[in-house]
Amino acid sequence: MFEDTSTTQLIFGRMSWESIPLHDPILLATFISVAIGGTAILALITRFNLWGTIWRDWITSIDHKKIGIMYIILGLVMLLRGFADALMMRAQQAIAFGDVAGYLPPHHYDQIFTAHGVIMIFFVAMPLVTGLMNYIVPLQIGARDVAFPFLNNFSFWMTTFGAGLTMVSLFVGEYARTGWLAYPPLSGILGSPGVGVDYYIWSLQIAGIGTLLSGVNLIVTIVKMRAPGMQMMKMPVFTWTALCTNVLIVAAFPVLTAVLAMLSMDRMLGTNFFTNDLGGNAMMYVNLIWIWGHPEVYILILPLFGVFSEVVSTYSGKRLFGYTSMVYATVVITILSYLVWLHHFFTMGSGASVNSFFGITTMIISIPTGAKIFNWLFTMYRGRIRFELPMMWTIAFMITFVIGGMTGVLLAVPPADFVLHNSLFLIAHFHNVIIGGVVFGFFAALNYWYPKAFGYKLDEYWGKWSFWCWVSGFYVAFMPLYVLGLMGVTRRMSHFEDPSLQIWFVIAAIGAVLILFGIIFLIVQLYVSFRRRHALRDVTGDPWNGRTLEWSTSSPPPVYNFAFTPRVHDNDTWADMKKQGYQRPRSGFTAIHMPKNTGAGFIIALLSTVVGFALIWHMWPLAILAFVATVAAIIIHTFNYERDYYIPAEEVIRTENARTAMLEQHV
Amino acid sequence: MVPLFIRCGLILLSFALLAGCNTVVLNPAGDIAAQQGNLIVVSTALMLLIIVPVIVLTIFFAWKYRQSNTAAKYDPDWDHSTKLELVIWGAPLLIIIVLGLITWITTHTLDPYRPLSRIDAERPLPADHKPLVIEVVALDWKWLFIYPEQGIATVNELATPVDTPIQFKITASTYMNSFYIPALAGQIYAMAGMETKLHAVLNKPGTYEGFSANFSGDGFSHMRFKYHGLSDADFESWVNDVKAQRDALDRPSYVALEKPSAREPVRRYGSVDPTLYHAILNRCVDEHATCMDKMMKHDHHRASGNNSVEHGDMEHHEHHE
Repeated sequence: MFEDTSTTQLIFGRMSWESIPLHDPILLATFISVAIGGTAILALITRFNLWGTIWRDWITSIDHKKIGIMYIILGLVMLLRGFADALMMRAQQAIAFGDVAGYLPPHHYDQIFTAHGVIMIFFVAMPLVTGLMNYIVPLQIGARDVAFPFLNNFSFWMTTFGAGLTMVSLFVGEYARTGWLAYPPLSGILGSPGVGVDYYIWSLQIAGIGTLLSGVNLIVTIVKMRAPGMQMMKMPVFTWTALCTNVLIVAAFPVLTAVLAMLSMDRMLGTNFFTNDLGGNAMMYVNLIWIWGHPEVYILILPLFGVFSEVVSTYSGKRLFGYTSMVYATVVITILSYLVWLHHFFTMGSGASVNSFFGITTMIISIPTGAKIFNWLFTMYRGRIRFELPMMWTIAFMITFVIGGMTGVLLAVPPADFVLHNSLFLIAHFHNVIIGGVVFGFFAALNYWYPKAFGYKLDEYWGKWSFWCWVSGFYVAFMPLYVLGLMGVTRRMSHFEDPSLQIWFVIAAIGAVLILFGIIFLIVQLYVSFRRRHALRDVTGDPWNGRTLEWSTSSPPPVYNFAFTPRVHDNDTWADMKKQGYQRPRSGFTAIHMPKNTGAGFIIALLSTVVGFALIWHMWPLAILAFVATVAAIIIHTFNYERDYYIPAEEVIRTENARTAMLEQHV
Repeated sequence: MVPLFIRCGLILLSFALLAGCNTVVLNPAGDIAAQQGNLIVVSTALMLLIIVPVIVLTIFFAWKYRQSNTAAKYDPDWDHSTKLELVIWGAPLLIIIVLGLITWITTHTLDPYRPLSRIDAERPLPADHKPLVIEVVALDWKWLFIYPEQGIATVNELATPVDTPIQFKITASTYMNSFYIPALAGQIYAMAGMETKLHAVLNKPGTYEGFSANFSGDGFSHMRFKYHGLSDADFESWVNDVKAQRDALDRPSYVALEKPSAREPVRRYGSVDPTLYHAILNRCVDEHATCMDKMMKHDHHRASGNNSVEHGDMEHHEHHE
């Protein structure tokens, strides 16, 4: 036990033995299993002597492909945590009726739904989307890496450590009990005096810096590093959507940073931006957080719109219908996404004209979105559709997403929103578009590009099991919530009185179990595919008869992506090259200039996280020390002049000859 | 592709089941909520005009242009059609124009701040009608209702006469809540230091559920109350019952009541301090605190440097008239 002296308080701040939730059996069991699992993994890494390669080839890697893969691993790992939260909530709501209190007291339940939202948006959807963009965009535009490779590594580690800080809150202290957007005054120091909201703030601040920098990076990459001949209107649609998404990130994330900074000033320095008294106004927070929050929705979905465009065109064996209108639709959505934020709080008392304005701007977004759906539809028209997994996910998306879109427009009608706001109808709606759009889209992308990244296709049999469990699980889990919403049931309840509601929650819980099987079969699919990797090998680099540049290089691509920078003449560059009888160059290779790995990004991100942790717990000396160390590390890194190297021509020749040999072997 | 049909069937089935269960949002007991419920149905129908064809076409194209169907036309370079593009952009645009018009009109007619003009579809209200005023305070975690004209107050129990327009004035003690009685009318946030308004009328007698629809902390799940729609005579006797209670809601008893607590039983106060609601709204229940409206008046006075404040209506945070 710490003694209650001023020295221990200075060093440990608010932390004491009571901060470790040993009294909660659920958390204790989780902690023990995490500890055992973690130790096992660490032991295996040591046993197979992998520490060196993990540090050299992954942690310090500035290769956009490896960083992309690491983002996706982060997203999938966090999906397990976020989904565990979802299962716990579904279980609680399925049993907590009348005299049965359920197994989660409000104190715990409230942390779970907050963590579920934060994790799913910031640490599942965002890393998955960022990972896809990181991996695919440079390949699609014929570049060898992103514009700022070091920054890319740093961004990834900031995001990862932000996620780590959220995970730490499970076992040290507690998480916020405020809902995922932490509205004041509940999230203020009077409403939430504990460390929960501080964990929330600092994990998002740290991850937010990573996201912002990664946005800058990808914009510059797309604007400056396209292969010769690739004008803006010849960019693949996925790259277009990535560009728009990153513009949204760069414009929106500073707002989040600012609003969270103000909230933490209210909490730590006694300012009154959002307090009830002394001139503070919580409505300002609600406005600001949604000025970030609504574009965030499009940050998540736009890249997946790009994925669907690529997938539909490839598997229909056909050019994308209406490329130009697709691009304009994307740009229109990008702009409009800044003009709709108020629809998240029609019920906060704005006037009828203000509400109508934001309701109508919201509906207008459905026009370009509708145009996109039609474009995919008419890409299928007169195609030769191959029902591989990515195409199955796409069709499931098209059917599911229009339903979510419809309920979204319904919620944009202010008088309808007055009766549906904050209800389970709303929950059903946004899961309908996020699962039906972002998650289905991610799985389409995963199955589509996995052979590119790893050199072998994913197993179809288990992929189909996963598909059907996810899709049917979604409908079984969320259609009951639409019904419950119409029955006037509101969100974030940990206990109900009316027994007639229970059946719907039980059905929803069954749906969640189906989704659980979808996730299990996904893991099985990854494992089985790895075991069968020789049978599933992609030797051509173009397993699906693809249409864009990433399919012109080998699977997996060499470090330098392309031995020669491709020349672009058409927006389906690779399809065009194949049609023109493109011959892969066999000679004339030269040395290639590449950026060099560095551990600086990892170290700076780690130190920033220590600053965040110290601020959460009010460990002031540690915070100052870690802050000084962070600044010092940044300065030291600026003196690192060995940032690049040349891949010698011989190595390029060796790599390319190996590919030639492999291609000839399999013709 | 048969499973897709099954899925669509499931959706339709769930709509069919809606008729069988208590979907209060679509079958409410108050005129405002009824109009809001109708709006949901109308808007959904309007959007289905485009959603259904899209779903049908998706399934049809996916089936027709499957790879094994070599009889279907294959046109790999066909990627543009101006006529089709016009339809693609035009059809959603037309629907949104209609829906936008409906939105503009209904948002104004169903604005919670707007005094009612009718009791229900058949019965208009005279222009000079006087609504029943109820002051609502969201406390942690229970609801306080003050009836200024009757001079009574209740906790976690609300009663009104049917077919009588009601004006709710809504505020909160600390956290943000949302005042929602699905059977009566849509919700509106309850926020400390601010006042929101809701006009509504109940048409069917009965007992209904009311609750907070915005998460506000530990006791949120049980921040519920029963709402009784009574005949005029029953309402009068209910008021008299409450008036007969000896408990009075004055500032000290309010301060005690305001302390966070969950699952509070119904309480009735036979009399109420007439300045209490104003003090709660302006955050000056404590005698030593300066009321916000007074402070703002003072600030305004200092800033303008003259006496024009006398006619400047400074009621705090009136969103609009």
